[in-house]
Amino acid sequence: MALLEVITIPDPRLKQESEPAEQFDASLRDFVNDLEETMRSSPGGVGIAAPQVARFQRIVIVDVSSKPKIKNHGRLVLINPEITEWQGMEKGREGCMSVPDYTGNVIRAKSIKLKACDEFGALHSYEFEAYEARAVQHEIDHLDGILFLDRLVSRRADLFQRKTYQEKPKSK
Amino acid sequence: MGNNWYMLTVVGKDKPGIVASISEVLFEAGCNFGEASMSRLGGNFTIMLMVQYEGEMQHLEEIVAPVAQQLNLHCHVHDIEAQLHAHREPDVRISVYGPDQTGIVAHITSVLAEAGLDIYDLESDVGGSDEKPVYIMHIEGHAINGVDALQHALDADKTEGIETHLEEIDTVIG
Repeated sequence: MALLEVITIPDPRLKQESEPAEQFDASLRDFVNDLEETMRSSPGGVGIAAPQVARFQRIVIVDVSSKPKIKNHGRLVLINPEITEWQGMEKGREGCMSVPDYTGNVIRAKSIKLKACDEFGALHSYEFEAYEARAVQHEIDHLDGILFLDRLVSRRADLFQRKTYQEKPKSK
Repeated sequence: MGNNWYMLTVVGKDKPGIVASISEVLFEAGCNFGEASMSRLGGNFTIMLMVQYEGEMQHLEEIVAPVAQQLNLHCHVHDIEAQLHAHREPDVRISVYGPDQTGIVAHITSVLAEAGLDIYDLESDVGGSDEKPVYIMHIEGHAINGVDALQHALDADKTEGIETHLEEIDTVIG
């Protein structure tokens, strides 16, 4: 295992779109281990995406189990993830290993359904909500070259946001 | 650039072009900007701007004086000890609103300070109408004794007509 170098803004590679992973082999699993170690070395880090270490493949890791009182799936390796359903929206604070010393408010879907492969190539379906859903959406954005900075909303909080963003069935 | 920081404050009747005019003369004089807060308060435009400048404080005052005079702005320069990249992450946000009455801020912030709130950021506004003004305040800060201590203090303090709402800020670092 090895710590990987995290690239930070304004590195233009953070705006690059990543390619699907195709080979679920030992070398991919070695990389996933290194990526996980890199994530865990960052204080408070609950997720990481491969492009943050300059590997432009659709691989993310999320683990919010260190946070108290939060629903979670434990350690998640999500490869070629695809969000299939979004529900509700919620504003929350985000920061990023690739954007040091800054945090901001971002609106995300409150809950999502998602399909992704694990590091052995097996396809899984997941449902995430709240904090974990936010972390997953933040990481998947990296795969499309999107940073939370691209989605900032004002820090000037709207009053009583939970009442403002009531859960409604999304109409299309 | 060294670590020579000044805080420039600007206050004056709001009109278009204040930010552009002030920042232009400072840029021309070789200043670098740090963090800033600028807003319109009661028809005035206000600026608090970290300016990095190699010269003396008096020179900096002279740089902004002509444009300040032209736009009818009061400017003041403070010599400050400052650094960038020293942000602190808030872990709690409190919103307060109610009929405008003197003493709301003093009361609520005293209750919160006693319960261990360290304020990082406070914004407030008066909405409503002349007949029925409404005071609205947002605070972000750090709950030294935990968020529950603040919630208990707010729950115990039921001031007539004042609504408070506390929310934990749990930052996703990804």
